[in-house]
Amino acid sequence: MGKKKINVAVTGLNNIDSPGPGIPVIRGLLDSKDYEVRIIGLAYDALEPGIYMRNLVAKTYHIPLPTAGQSSLLERLRYIHNQEKIDLIIPNFDAELFNFIKLAPVLEKELNIQTFLPTLDQFEERHKANLTEFGKKYEIKVPKSKMVFSLSEIPSLSQQFSYPLVVKGKFYDANVAYTPDQAAQYFNKISAKWGLPIIIQQFTYGTEVNVTALGDGKGNTIGAVPMRKQVITDKGKAWAGITLEDDKLLQITQKLIRHSKWKGPCELEMIKTNNNEYYLIEINPRFPAWVYLAVGAGQNHPDAMMRMAMGEEVKSFAEYEVGKMFIRYSYDMICDLKEFETISTFGEY
Amino acid sequence: MIIKKNIALSDTGFVFNPSTGDSFSVNPIGLEILKMLKENKPEEEIKKHLLGKYATDRDTVEKDYYDFTKMLEQVKLTDTDGKEKD
Repeated sequence: MGKKKINVAVTGLNNIDSPGPGIPVIRGLLDSKDYEVRIIGLAYDALEPGIYMRNLVAKTYHIPLPTAGQSSLLERLRYIHNQEKIDLIIPNFDAELFNFIKLAPVLEKELNIQTFLPTLDQFEERHKANLTEFGKKYEIKVPKSKMVFSLSEIPSLSQQFSYPLVVKGKFYDANVAYTPDQAAQYFNKISAKWGLPIIIQQFTYGTEVNVTALGDGKGNTIGAVPMRKQVITDKGKAWAGITLEDDKLLQITQKLIRHSKWKGPCELEMIKTNNNEYYLIEINPRFPAWVYLAVGAGQNHPDAMMRMAMGEEVKSFAEYEVGKMFIRYSYDMICDLKEFETISTFGEY
Repeated sequence: MIIKKNIALSDTGFVFNPSTGDSFSVNPIGLEILKMLKENKPEEEIKKHLLGKYATDRDTVEKDYYDFTKMLEQVKLTDTDGKEKD
């Protein structure tokens, strides 16, 4: 029997030094054994490298920035759907998820486009700003944290936290501050880029370990693969990593997904202390950029998610290969000005 | 001293700890000692084996064995009190 044909629209084509997850997700989808996948790229910028990877992305459309709002996005998606007949959309950026979650019922009802996203409540409660309450609710240790709205709050932080502490943006960016001066400096830098609030988190000593996981929305963990970063860029991104054998970390992941009934992909960022305690420092409500490592280790999460989104019953993965590594690299594509001109001028290429 | 059960040893002397993702390389004698430790051979038996096989003396074996096993502890390849910590 031949493969079923499907058109999947994917964002996050910015395969740069701080990569979006789009390209690894696409690679997972194209590895599908059941579906013949045609990828429609959705890009915010004409220089997102994925636009020009024609071996992976059949056609790319420019979409409005999340700040433009849901109606602009919906209008654009209607146009793209008219051209391409999209079956499924996989958004891959934290900042765009709110709009896509809100639009999901309309997309399904009006255009018959499927999504597989967390609910708005799930999305909101795991926000960095709400992590303390999240930890209490699901009985997971989280470092002490606080939202800060003004630079004037920085000096008084030393009464509640001990330095070093971590200064985080609401969507992206985190810096370790060792003094109040550094904390103020990072406050300014991150708030200028990502807005307020800024989240202050107690620094936790230990090793960072991450899990990429997939929940079915009913409490079942369809897949989970833990990884430790082996090479970290100056932006804190993994440039190489290795899968781990860590039953405790998997138990924490399964417990969290079971109790929250998480729907869709997520990445848990944890610190494992020298006493083998685990602290949750962040939950990203999407695939991580290293998700193709899970595919390589035997769990194709993007494919499993696609199948669930299309209404299939998907069984949980039973295992993955420990000690599987990924090593990222940079690669200069040579492109014609005409290609850049086309996406820049017409918004599609 | 007990080496963690899940530590992978290859014949080339490559050592992999799947719990932490750390990997190490040991020389052939280090590999020999690690293999014997994994088989739960007692310390005295390992030292006797080294004394019998290599042209060395008791003091050197004692010192080198101590240094090597301390290093194994430091890089967390051993079980504390013979039990898995995690």
